[in-house]
Amino acid sequence: MNKPLSITLENCAKTFTDGTRALEPLNLSIREGETIVFLGPSGCGKTTTLRIIAGLEEPDAGGKVLFDGEDVTTLPIEKRNVGMVFQSYALFPNMSVAENIGYGLKIRRESQAALRTRVSEMLGMMRIEALADRRIDQLSGGQRQRVALARALAVRPRALLLDEPLTALDAKLRDTLRLEIDTLLRRLNITAIYVTHDQSEAMALGDRIVVMEHGRVAQIGSPRDIYQKPATRFVADFIGTMNRLNGAVRNGVFTCRAGDMPWATAPADASEILFRPEDIQVTESAEGSTLRGTVAAAFYLGDRTRLFVEVGEKQPLVVESAARRDFSHGETVGLAIDPRGVLIL
Amino acid sequence: MRRETQRLILLLLPAGIFFTGFFLIPMADLFMIGGSGKTGWAAYAAILTDRNYFNSLISTLAVAAATTVATLIISGISGVFLQRHKFPGNAALVAMLTFPLAFPGVVIGFMVIMLAGRQGLIGQITQAVTGEKVVFAYSMAGLFMGYVYFSVPRTILTVMAAAEKLDPKLEEAARSLGASPLRVVRDVIIPGLKPAFISAGAICFATAVGAFGTAFTLATRINVLPMVIYTEFTLSANIAMAAALSFVLGAVTWIVLALARTAAGSTVAAAG
Repeated sequence: MNKPLSITLENCAKTFTDGTRALEPLNLSIREGETIVFLGPSGCGKTTTLRIIAGLEEPDAGGKVLFDGEDVTTLPIEKRNVGMVFQSYALFPNMSVAENIGYGLKIRRESQAALRTRVSEMLGMMRIEALADRRIDQLSGGQRQRVALARALAVRPRALLLDEPLTALDAKLRDTLRLEIDTLLRRLNITAIYVTHDQSEAMALGDRIVVMEHGRVAQIGSPRDIYQKPATRFVADFIGTMNRLNGAVRNGVFTCRAGDMPWATAPADASEILFRPEDIQVTESAEGSTLRGTVAAAFYLGDRTRLFVEVGEKQPLVVESAARRDFSHGETVGLAIDPRGVLIL
Repeated sequence: MRRETQRLILLLLPAGIFFTGFFLIPMADLFMIGGSGKTGWAAYAAILTDRNYFNSLISTLAVAAATTVATLIISGISGVFLQRHKFPGNAALVAMLTFPLAFPGVVIGFMVIMLAGRQGLIGQITQAVTGEKVVFAYSMAGLFMGYVYFSVPRTILTVMAAAEKLDPKLEEAARSLGASPLRVVRDVIIPGLKPAFISAGAICFATAVGAFGTAFTLATRINVLPMVIYTEFTLSANIAMAAALSFVLGAVTWIVLALARTAAGSTVAAAG
């Protein structure tokens, strides 16, 4: 592989001809060998950003794309040497698996021998040797995505761009391929840009995650930062599950409809607190607790029970309990919140 | 089992009657009539041995083939363009392009004369520019122009329907692998449109082989099979020869269509 590429976006905005603003001006540096994940709901501008990096879209005037410091803004995709993997695989139906993988090399006029060697190398890397002569319509979804990856990597691209590559696959296959992609990206030490709307994919694969909303960056950070220190309410809600309680702080106690929560370090103006399900516990007994709620629903998941606890807020609290007991609908339970997990946004 | 067979025969009956009544019997009759003339079955051999007949058969096939190729090139380029680029007046333009479908061959022949005839537009322009009047309406070139004119609408609609189904991601994938725009056309767009090209081309070819009105209007120097059949039938009253020529015309067209269908079938299977 080549030396990994660094990518810089300077002031990249995108307005489509119909006037839709798909992307607000974006500045971003992607480091050599880094896997960066663009995460957000559909229409947030993540795919547009990927397409600008790829060279399939040009940013609005004033925007710049730099590869290793070199301005490639007007360079079309066919001259950028980036590998692309699409959600729909986009394999050529009129070519066999091996021909698909060798296509980029054929265009580069590599010798027959070099082409054959590289194709079988890629088939081996993706563990699809047996499929070499198959037609594309004879492959399953997972096999197709492996071929697509092999095809994109065969030309030794400077960066790999993946646009929702796992979205079309079923859950189990998604997990397997996610692991494979992760291993592959680490092994190849290639700069990768990965677009997804699936937060667990983003958390698993990204060195850094760029959370996007309405064409703007909501937060950039490591998966841990994004989860534990969300910068905005949108990020807090989009990544994982977030509980909310409204109330007021008086003398180191947060008081809400569910009761009182001792909280020594509480800021005086806290009127709404947010916390993850893992930061709230069901206590041994309801009587001894200052925070209480009633069980609205309980789902036994095997290793734990997921409870929805009504506390007089708009949304019930999501609580996960590892207790070896049954919870019944309407039962009153005591709750304890770990103040270390509490966020105020 | 027997009842099943009976029901099957019953269901096939309407199609069978139609096929027998309107195709098998007339074709067989035509074939027999072709052999019933003064020369007998030699009439069929004459199509190959008589220079006049043979030339007209070859020129008919040649003009039909040329028409098909030109039509596919024009419709391929403009069909994909019209499908990809929506601009004000796009729908009106597409409607206008399909206009010639409504014209009988005579009108198309007349339009060719207006364009490339002795008093035609091309003649006037070339005379003004070069001092020499270019007239080609009454030749094979004129016929070719007329045929392309009425073949484009049929083909362009088929191409547009197929172009709509092309996956733009395939083109992007090819480009990401380094393919130039020309290479994308060769490796992605043309293979994607191939089934449409084959079926539209077959219809285009068959229509051009059998077209009569345009040739009849342009007349004089044009020697195509439908014209020869007409002459044999009405002027020479050589019914047997007319029948033999008709039979061969039908058979050749049928063979071409069958071959195209087989080719299209295999590409469709290969393309998945």
